[in-house]
Amino acid sequence: MGDQITKDPASFISHLELDQPDKTFLDSNELIINMGPQHPATHGVLRVILKLDGEKVLGTECVIGYLHRGVEKIAEHRTYTMFNPYVDRMDYVAAVSNGLGYCEAVEKLLNVQAPPRANYIRVILTELNRLASHQLWLGTHALDIGAMTPLFYTFRDREEILKIFEKYCGARLTTHAFRIGGCLYETYDGFEQDVKKFIDFAPPKIDEYEELLTTNRIWLERTKGVGKISASDCIALGVTGPVLRASGVKWDLRKAQPYAAYSEFDFEIPIGTSGDTYDRYLVRMEEMRQSLRIIRQAVERIPEGPIMAKVPKVIKPPVGEIYHSIEAPKGELGYFIVSDGSTQPYRIRVRPPSFVNLQALDLMVRGQLVADVIAVIGTLDIVLGEVDR
Amino acid sequence: MLDYITSYLSSNTTPGQAGNVFWALVYIMIVFGGVSVAVMAMNWLERKALAHFQIRLGPMRVGPHGLLQPIADAIKLLTKEDIVPAEADKFVFWIAPLIILCASFTVYIVIPFGPTHAITDLNIGILFMLGVSSLSVLGVVMAGWASNSHYPLIGALRSSAQMVSYEVAMGMAVVSAILMTSLNKTGTGTLSMIGIVQAQQSQQMWFLFKFFPLGFIAFGIFAIAMVAETNRAPFDLPEAESELTAGFHTEYSGLRWSLFMLGEYAAMIAVSSIAVTLWVGGWMRPFPNWLAGETWDLVFSLIPGFLFLGLALIAFIGVVRMPKHPYFRIQTIGLAGFGAVLALIGLVLFVPPVRDRIQDIFWFVAKVAVFMYLYIWYRATFPRYRFDQLMRVGWKVLLPVGIGVLILTAIMGVLV
Repeated sequence: MGDQITKDPASFISHLELDQPDKTFLDSNELIINMGPQHPATHGVLRVILKLDGEKVLGTECVIGYLHRGVEKIAEHRTYTMFNPYVDRMDYVAAVSNGLGYCEAVEKLLNVQAPPRANYIRVILTELNRLASHQLWLGTHALDIGAMTPLFYTFRDREEILKIFEKYCGARLTTHAFRIGGCLYETYDGFEQDVKKFIDFAPPKIDEYEELLTTNRIWLERTKGVGKISASDCIALGVTGPVLRASGVKWDLRKAQPYAAYSEFDFEIPIGTSGDTYDRYLVRMEEMRQSLRIIRQAVERIPEGPIMAKVPKVIKPPVGEIYHSIEAPKGELGYFIVSDGSTQPYRIRVRPPSFVNLQALDLMVRGQLVADVIAVIGTLDIVLGEVDR
Repeated sequence: MLDYITSYLSSNTTPGQAGNVFWALVYIMIVFGGVSVAVMAMNWLERKALAHFQIRLGPMRVGPHGLLQPIADAIKLLTKEDIVPAEADKFVFWIAPLIILCASFTVYIVIPFGPTHAITDLNIGILFMLGVSSLSVLGVVMAGWASNSHYPLIGALRSSAQMVSYEVAMGMAVVSAILMTSLNKTGTGTLSMIGIVQAQQSQQMWFLFKFFPLGFIAFGIFAIAMVAETNRAPFDLPEAESELTAGFHTEYSGLRWSLFMLGEYAAMIAVSSIAVTLWVGGWMRPFPNWLAGETWDLVFSLIPGFLFLGLALIAFIGVVRMPKHPYFRIQTIGLAGFGAVLALIGLVLFVPPVRDRIQDIFWFVAKVAVFMYLYIWYRATFPRYRFDQLMRVGWKVLLPVGIGVLILTAIMGVLV
């Protein structure tokens, strides 16, 4: 099949139920365009086959797998502990969230509870990572729509978060910050001051991004009414995260089924109304502020105590299966783990938010223009490492 | 020989009008060489200014503060492999960048840098300029078609639609400027570029402020249309990097690609020059009416010299602040030399005969430079328009407003 795709994209998308070409316009031929896998705006190696009538999109087909590394298969040949760093490589811009989901899933399987201090550290780092992920999303999304400058501003501020990660665990991107049963590292001296300093540093910067974009006429025209998706479509497609919330569904796993220490914090779930790109933008901007709110509470109330639960040296969960999901920056990140009682998982299945959200692309761009495809890919906030795994 | 030169310099006509082939050739060489250097300078300035907008440093390695970066880029582009796609229409592919280049350079024939500093002064100057500059759309379409590839094709179609649409609005703005020259008791009515500036001189007023706010609106239309016309942000759809990779020049590389870039930047400078000529008083110094008089003339004529001395001062401050490390020695020497050259130019500009000849050109170039900076500023600030929105702005906003301004200008011209 692979060779066939490269030779003739037309044969590949012929099974799509494509709309009839617009007869009111000049009766033009349809154009099939390969966008990607090497394309500046497909966020990595996504390949989208576009069927166009002039500038109008008649249908799309996503070809994924260019970054497939077989993470789920690798898990079957690694112990539970050894697999932990691999999950960082899925959504590499939100590695901490991936680690949190995995560790909590295994803990659930082992029936252990991470101590409260570990949970607080986890919340702080995960929320910082949510902020970093959203900043990266904003920068690249704005760049796709043509605004170059926000990218550099967001990267400047994301750097401060990465510095905290680096000081905490030595790594900046693929952090491997958590271990099964808690955290390996105690917070370094001055961790709380650093985080507090960041909390004061970030809000004016977020205002700065908003100044550049929120009321910008061109930004409004490019995002309002673009890539609309209704709440029922979101639910039918399994879309989660800010995309779902922007369509008006108040669903956030941090509130709906609290994990780690989220039940102890006071925060809002921002929701949108129209489910267009602009609402998704607003929802994510507000989420950044809410994340800061959570971090402030966590860092003020962080308890003393151990950071590691009593977990055996060799992790050997009982026979059974578990599904645990967390609210990653991009949506519901779930781990389904089947244990056969050995040191290695029998099967791990990841429910990656990017992969599921990407399925909404076709619905969102059909009938719109080429430029909107770019905007929608940006607003879905996909990371190809997570889509392909 | 010297007599010949001085006799020419004291004459009051352009070489084109005088039919002086030798001087015309000299002017052509100076203008085209100057434009090429300006393009390189603009390239450096854009990278540098854009970098500073975006909290980066920009080029820093080649020469002090990357001053030699454009030269390094030029060498790189010249030595690159010249790839012609196998399926391309070879001849059209080859000729397309040349058409764009010629179209954007030919415009300079009529651009007046000073009362006599133009290659020639056509009596239909502005018409000539509109006609020639719109030829570049031909090059774009040819490039997109000849590449025989989807992205360039879409880019070329977008580009041609855009350039043709915005030319209409641009034409309306230009016509109102021409009306301003003719419909005035002191004006004579002219299409000549020099004549338009002379009309502003005789009316003691930039057309920007004429029939306030009509001149302002017409200028605004021209300023928007010229950005769209040169395919720059926020109207850079034809080469929208995030959508069409590089638009109509996706398949071009090396020298040919650099010809496109040269053409694009030359066109940017050309349309800015036209905007300056039509609205901002061409070679006139600022405040011709408020701050009139011999004293003010003298003060303004000293500004070029002081500006260059100021630039030299900045360079020397840079020399002082350069780290005292052997690694930076060459850079320090280079920057000091650059500063010395600037200071020398500044001093030469104080000499009265030079001062009088140069200040017209100086004000013209300074005004154009402001426009070039605006281009960079737009690029750093604005997101990109979508194709249908771009068309809507062109046809439904700029064109009706342009026609309205044109009619009102005509009425005002009759009444006043």
